Amino acid sequence: MSDTRTISLTLNGAAKTAETDVRVNLADFLRHSLEATGTHVGCEHGVCGACTVIVDGQPVRACLMLAVQADGSTVETVEGLATDGALSDLQAAFSRHHGLQCGFCTPGMLMTLHAFLKEVPNPSETEVREAISGNICRCTGYQGIVAAALDVAASRKGA
Amino acid sequence: MKAAAFHYHDPRTREDLMGLLGRLDDLKLLAGGQSLMPMMNFRIVAPTHLVDLNRVDGLGGISRQGAEVRFGALTRQREVKASEIVANDLPILTEALDHVGHVQTRSRGTIGGSCCHLDPSAEIPAIAALYDAIFEIGGPDGTREVGYADWHLGMLTSALDEREVLEGIRFKPWQPADAGHGWGFYEYARRHGDFAIAGAGCLVDISDQGTIERIATVVMGVDAVPVRLREAEAALVGARPDRTAIAALVEAARSIDAMTDPQVSATYRRRLAGVVTERAVLAAFQRSGITQ
Amino acid sequence: MGARLFGASVQRLEDARLVTGRGRYVDDIHPAGVVHAAFVRSSLAHGLIQSIDTSVARTMPGVLAVYVMSDFAAFASGPLPQLAPHPLIQGPITYEPLASGEVRHVGEAIAMVLATSRAEAEDAAERINLDIEPLPVAADLAHALDPDAPKARSERADNRLATLKTAFGDVAGTFARADHVLKETFTVHRGGCHSMETRGVIATFDADDRRLEMWTSSQSPYLVRRNLASYFGLDESAVRVRAPDVGGGFGPKAAVYPEEAAVALAAMMTGKPVKWIEDRSEHFLATTQQRDQIWELEVAASNDGRLLGVRGRCLHDNGAYAPYGAILPATALGSFPGPYALEALDISIDIVLTNLVPTTPVRGASRPSVAFVLERLADRVARHLGLPREEIRRRSFIRVEQMPYVTGTKARDGSPISYDSGDYTAALNLVLDKIDADGFAARRAEAASRGKLLGLGLASCVEDTGLGPFEGATVRVSSRGRVIVTTGAASQGQGHQTTLAQIAADALGVSLENVSVEAADSGKFPLGISTIASRVAVTAGSSVELAAQQVRRKALKTASHLLEAAEDDLEIENGVVFVKGASDVKVTLATLAQSLAGTAGMRLPGGIEPDLAATAYFESTALTFAHGSNACEVEVDPETGDVRITRYVVAHDCGRLINPLIVDGQIRGGVIHGIGNALYERMIHDDQGQPLTATYADYLLPMASEMPNIEIYHLESPSPRNPLGVKGAGEGGTIPAAACVISAIEDAIGPGGTFLRHHPISFEEVAGLIDTRTI
Repeated sequence: MSDTRTISLTLNGAAKTAETDVRVNLADFLRHSLEATGTHVGCEHGVCGACTVIVDGQPVRACLMLAVQADGSTVETVEGLATDGALSDLQAAFSRHHGLQCGFCTPGMLMTLHAFLKEVPNPSETEVREAISGNICRCTGYQGIVAAALDVAASRKGA
Repeated sequence: MKAAAFHYHDPRTREDLMGLLGRLDDLKLLAGGQSLMPMMNFRIVAPTHLVDLNRVDGLGGISRQGAEVRFGALTRQREVKASEIVANDLPILTEALDHVGHVQTRSRGTIGGSCCHLDPSAEIPAIAALYDAIFEIGGPDGTREVGYADWHLGMLTSALDEREVLEGIRFKPWQPADAGHGWGFYEYARRHGDFAIAGAGCLVDISDQGTIERIATVVMGVDAVPVRLREAEAALVGARPDRTAIAALVEAARSIDAMTDPQVSATYRRRLAGVVTERAVLAAFQRSGITQ
Repeated sequence: MGARLFGASVQRLEDARLVTGRGRYVDDIHPAGVVHAAFVRSSLAHGLIQSIDTSVARTMPGVLAVYVMSDFAAFASGPLPQLAPHPLIQGPITYEPLASGEVRHVGEAIAMVLATSRAEAEDAAERINLDIEPLPVAADLAHALDPDAPKARSERADNRLATLKTAFGDVAGTFARADHVLKETFTVHRGGCHSMETRGVIATFDADDRRLEMWTSSQSPYLVRRNLASYFGLDESAVRVRAPDVGGGFGPKAAVYPEEAAVALAAMMTGKPVKWIEDRSEHFLATTQQRDQIWELEVAASNDGRLLGVRGRCLHDNGAYAPYGAILPATALGSFPGPYALEALDISIDIVLTNLVPTTPVRGASRPSVAFVLERLADRVARHLGLPREEIRRRSFIRVEQMPYVTGTKARDGSPISYDSGDYTAALNLVLDKIDADGFAARRAEAASRGKLLGLGLASCVEDTGLGPFEGATVRVSSRGRVIVTTGAASQGQGHQTTLAQIAADALGVSLENVSVEAADSGKFPLGISTIASRVAVTAGSSVELAAQQVRRKALKTASHLLEAAEDDLEIENGVVFVKGASDVKVTLATLAQSLAGTAGMRLPGGIEPDLAATAYFESTALTFAHGSNACEVEVDPETGDVRITRYVVAHDCGRLINPLIVDGQIRGGVIHGIGNALYERMIHDDQGQPLTATYADYLLPMASEMPNIEIYHLESPSPRNPLGVKGAGEGGTIPAAACVISAIEDAIGPGGTFLRHHPISFEEVAGLIDTRTI
C-alpha cells in the first residue's frame, strides 16, 4: 500500500514538480524531494516550530501537513528570505542581536517572525514573545530573537 | 516517526465526499490535521484510508443565518479569530481563540476539527457548550443535527458515526450589544498556548432591575468533557450578580469530578476550576456594566 | 597593530550561512545510494530477550537488511569500549550496538532495519516480533540500594556501581565545635538536553581499503573515532569522523552511542552509505539524560553565620549503563566547596544503577545540583539564624585576597584544586545593587496590593572550566593570504568559528573576514578531545593564540630576510608586513606564504622551514574557575500557584571576554535552561520504568512567552593559567539558576512557608505551600 502522486508548487517563486509518496509530510518533501534543506525537522509532532514555513501566506508547521496538501500552493521557506545574496532586515537583525547559536531552530523562527511582522508591524515585546511561543529555541534564551524582531519593526517604521 | 502508509483521497465535492464515506472502510477524515497528523506521525493512528476534507467545496466560511452565526466545519481557527462577525456577535470566542495553540497551528486548525477531536481542554468545544451550539452532520444516508449535549459523548468522543462528517456548527449569540450582557473567559495553562489545566467561560444577561436574567457557565479541562454548571445557573436566575452569585458558581466548579494525570492532581484541577470560574464570571459581570 | 578584535562584540562568522538555510547538518548530507536505518527498541525497562522474529520484516517493501547483534559477528562482538575508564567502575557496563541478551531500559535498541526510505524502515520495524521475558525493574532511586531491591543488571551483585568520596579538614571536630548543625535532604530531578537537532549519523565503508567514514552530530568526533576504531579493530587512521553543523549538544552528544556503532556496522555489512536520524521519540528514550539525585547533607555553622563544614551523602541515579564512566557524579565532587571557605568537607556519592536511560552531563553536569544544595544550605542557615541571606554569603565566601585558594579537594587527575582568581563578594554586591535589593520591600508591597506575592532570589556559584588535557590548532597562511585555522574542537552553536578567528586575526594582523576556521574533522586535524565542560575557549582558544604567535614570528623572520630589515622594526597590519615608519617597504602575508611554500630548485629564504604555519596544543594542567552571583524576582499568584520570573540579573566573571555578544548569549541560554530545570521540565517514569512525559506536550520546555530578559554584568578577573586570561562561559548561566529561582519562590511564600528542598517545583506544589504556610 503505497500511493504516490506528482505535485506542483511554487517554492520561493520557482515552480517545482516532483513525485511523492502521499504519506510524506511537507517538511520532508521540501528537504528530501526538493533538496531545500533549510527547513528543519525538530519534533515531528507539531510542538517545536523548527519546520515552520509559509504556505499561501500563512505560517504553518510543515510536519503537520502532507506534501500532497500543498499541491498548487505557494510555499516560502528560509531560502527565499535573502534577495540577490543580501540578507533581509530580519536575517541581519538576528545576526546583530545574536538571535541564533546552533542555528537549528532559526529557519522556523525567521519564517514565523517574517509572517508575524507583516501582520503586526508594530508589536510590543509581549506580542513578539507570544508570536514565537510555538517555537522552541534551546540555545539563546529567546532574548536576542525578541530584540531582533523589535529592532526590525522599529527600523521599518522609521524607514 | 513517519506516518504509516495509507490511501489518500481528496474529494472536491460534497457528493464525492459522501460517496467515499459510503464506500470506504477504516477511514479517517483529515481536517486541519493539527491533532491527527501528530498521532499519525507517532503511528498511534494508522488508517487504511485518509479522506482529506480540505479541497471539498463549501465546507468553510462564516455567515450570519437569521439569529445564528454559522461556521463551515473547515473554517480555519485563524479566520475565526480574525472574523468581524465573531468579534461582534461572539466576542468570547474571539478571546478564547487567543489561547488555542499557536499562530502556526491556527493557520491550519479548523473549528470543526477541534469539535470532532474534543480534547478535554480545548477552548472551542467549551465555547460551543456554553452556547448549546448546533452541530450539522452529513453522511451518505442524509443529514441530521444535534445540540451540544448530544454531540460531545465523552472523552475524545463525538456523536459522529464512522461514515459521517461534521459539516457546520451554529451558535446563537446572546446579543452582546445589549447593555445588560456580559461575558468572560479565563484559562490557566502553564505556558502560553498549552492546553489549559482549567478554563472557564461565562455569559450573562442582566435585567433592567439589575438581576440575573440568564447565565451560562462552562468549565473545561477539569473533567473529560466541558462541564456546564447548569444547576447553579438555574438557581441564580433572579439573583443579584454579586459575590454571593460568584461563590455559588465557584462552589459548583470545585465540585466537578476532576481528572488526574502524572503532572496535575484532581485536587489542583478542582482548585483551578474555582479560580478560573471566579475570574471568568467576575469579568462577565463587569462587562455587563452592572458591577456590585 | 590595528584595533583588537579580542574583546569586541563582533557579529558571528557562522550566521550568514545559518540564517539563509545554508547550514549543513547531518540530515542535510545525502551520499549517493544512501539507505536509511530504523531501530526496534525495548518497550520494557528490564527483560531477557528470548527471541527476535525478523522473518516478516525482511520481506517488506524497500527493505535491504534486518540486523540483530549476532549478525555483526564478523566485525564486532560484545559491549563497546569504555569512553572514560574509572578505576572504581569494574565489569562491562557499556552498551552493545544492539542488545543481545538483557535489555535494561525502555528504548534500548535491539534490532535494526535498513530500507530505501525511513518510512519503509519503520514499516518493517513494526513487523519485528520481540519476545522479551520481563525481569524485575529498578526504577526507584531512593530504594535501589535496599537489600531486597530489584537488580537493574542481573550480572551484578547489587545496584551500587561505585562510591566516590571527597573530604578535607577535621570534619568530626568542625561539626562537634560548631554552634549549629542543620540536616536536610534535597532532591534534584532528571531532565534532558533537548537539542533542537536530534542525534544523527551517516557511515560509509570502503571494503577494499577498510576505511570507515562517518558524519555524526557529536560534541566528540575524535572520541567516536577512538572508541569505534578500537571496537572494530581498525587503526584510527582508517576512520574519519566529522561533525558538520550540529544543532545543539548540551552534553549528551559528547557520549559515544550504540547507534553510532550500529550504523557503522551496517555500512560495513552492506557496503552502502547508511543514515540514521534520531527522531524525537527516540531522543526521549535513548539519548542520555541527567541527574536524579538525593542529597542527605549536614551543614555546620557558627553563631555569626559562617558556614564551616558540609558533610553527607548523595544517591546518584546512573541509569542502566555507564557509557561515560563516572564523569557526571565526579563533577559533583569537583563542585565543592563552591564559593565557600569551608573548614571541613566530607561527601560521598553512591552511583546507583537503575533501569532508566543512562545519565551523563547535561549543561553544567552535576554543578547545578551542587550549587542548588550549597545555596539551599546557605539559605537554610540564614533562616535558622534570622540573618539576611546575602550576609551568610558575605561572611562565608572565599575572599579575593585568599586567591589562589586551595580548596582541599582534588581534581580528576588527583592534583589539588586551587581557585585561580575572582572576587566573589564583589559579584554578590554587584548583583544585589543591580536588582535594587534595597528597593525590594517597596516592590513587594506594590505586588501585594495587586494580590500577588513577590520574592527575591539569590544564588552564587564557582565553576571549574577549561578541563584538560588539551585541544590543539593549526594556523596556516594560504598562498592567497587567508589565515586558515584548523582544530579538533567541535562546535554546537558556541560561535567558535568567530572567537577563534578573532584570536588568530589579532595575532596575525588580518581582518576577521580573512580568517577561516575548520573544525571537528579527524581528516583535517589529528587530535581532539571534546566540546564539554566549558573548555574550548581555554584549550582551543589558547592553542590558536600559541600557534598564531608562532606563525607571526615566522612571518616576521621571513619578511626580515625579504625586506632586509630587523624583525623588531616590522609590523603587520591588514595582511601586510611593513617597516615601521616606512610603510612602502612591505611584503604581504600571501607573498611570505608563497615564498615558504617553495619553488622547485630554489632555496627557501634565510633557511627558514617550509610552510607559513604552526601547530600548537595548549595543555590545560590546572582548571580555571569562573564564578558569578544571580538574583531574580518572581511574582506568584497565590490562587493558582503560578510563578512568573519578572526580573533576572546575572553578575558573571569568566575572566577576559573574547566576544561579549557571544558570552552573553551563552549565559542567557544557560539561565533559561536552568529555569526550565527549576519550573517546567519533568522526565517522569512510573514504577516499571516507563516514561510518562515523552512528548513536547508533556515534557515542558521553557518558551519565549514565559521567559524573562536576562540582564548581565561582567566582572573580569583574568585567569593566570592560560595565555588569553580566559575562563569558560558555556555553563555558568545554568549552574546557579535553579537555586536562584527556588530561593525566590521560597522568599515569595515567606518565612511561614516550608523550606524548599527540591526542584523542579510545580505550580501545584507552590499553591499548596501557600495554603499551608503560617503567617
